[in-house]
Amino acid sequence: MVQLTLPKNSKVGKGKEWPKPDGATNTRAFRIYRYSPEEDGPPRWDTYHVDMDRCGPMVLDVLIWIKNNVDPTLAFRRSCREGVCGSCAMTIGGRNTIACTKGWDEVAGKTITIAPLPHLPVVKDLIPDLTNFYAQHAYVQPYLKTDTPEPEKEWRQSEEQRNELNGLYECILCACCSTSCPSYWWNGDKYLGPAALLQAYRWLIDSRDEATGERLDDLEDPFKLYRCHTIMNCAQVCPKGLNPAKAIAKVKHMMVERVA
Amino acid sequence: MSTNYETPTAAARGLGSAKSGTAHHIRQRVSAIALVFLVPWFLYGLITASRAGFAGATAWMAQPWNAILLILALGAAFYHMRLGMQVIVEDYIQKAGMKQGLLILNTFVCVGLFAATALSVLKIWISAGA
Repeated sequence: MVQLTLPKNSKVGKGKEWPKPDGATNTRAFRIYRYSPEEDGPPRWDTYHVDMDRCGPMVLDVLIWIKNNVDPTLAFRRSCREGVCGSCAMTIGGRNTIACTKGWDEVAGKTITIAPLPHLPVVKDLIPDLTNFYAQHAYVQPYLKTDTPEPEKEWRQSEEQRNELNGLYECILCACCSTSCPSYWWNGDKYLGPAALLQAYRWLIDSRDEATGERLDDLEDPFKLYRCHTIMNCAQVCPKGLNPAKAIAKVKHMMVERVA
Repeated sequence: MSTNYETPTAAARGLGSAKSGTAHHIRQRVSAIALVFLVPWFLYGLITASRAGFAGATAWMAQPWNAILLILALGAAFYHMRLGMQVIVEDYIQKAGMKQGLLILNTFVCVGLFAATALSVLKIWISAGA
């Protein structure tokens, strides 16, 4: 059977409640997943009270505030702080998103829960191991493949052909979609997942690419492609508003088109 | 547990593409289209036949068009069921032997159910002396 529950040593225990900041009148509680490979023992939920009057508007601001003012050992990835790099993807209030574009006022409830992206090995705290995710992206060969000698100036494309790439090229590979997909949870070792498949379609539909047939060959597989059951979690969580499920459906259309 | 030295690339490629799956995808949808028409007719038939008593019901099933449509509905339904159950087994069962065993069982059960139910329809049709 697939792994429906967490392994024994990954069950999250009750952690520590950190003291409320001095003199703060407007605080909010954040329940954050903590795990360190250097320490023995399973992961735990730590609760932090954040002074909302001295903190920026985004969930990433909250994490940085905690790291600066309360607990410097809290580990998380972040870089651009503006929704371009995809580093700070995590589960906030039960939904995968990127912390830098998610305002804490958008999250309902008294306490906001923050956990690493689900169903991935955890490196530390909010940092998941994305090795397999990146290898799957590499599998779809996300670059232009041609046999025709390269033109002197550039590969030309009409405006309509370029428009086909809209809604695809914007993907920042944050992994929110793939890790929200139950099919990817159960069969992530074989199913490529929404992010890699959206990228696959991005190159399949590119008018300049000459490897369409080989690309389809590499995807036509009961697991690599057809584990998508149009659950649509991917489209629901994408912080860039993209629709990987639609891209996957279009890949399936191309598959049907070449046989019937 | 022994250390796994497989590279991420080797893991992502796995056994490579099976270069199949599209036929399954098409068959599942085509059988679904057939069922869109056959299921409402089948439900209508069930209600009609169940109101007509035993003799009336067998008489209804013995009419050639009803018998043909019944066998088609059963065929499409069990075929669609076999395809759907296969997807569920592949989704949730990961141990190779167990998975393949269940897939074989799935085929046997669906084919068996079709044979048994189709024979029932034929038996009624033949015994009616049409």
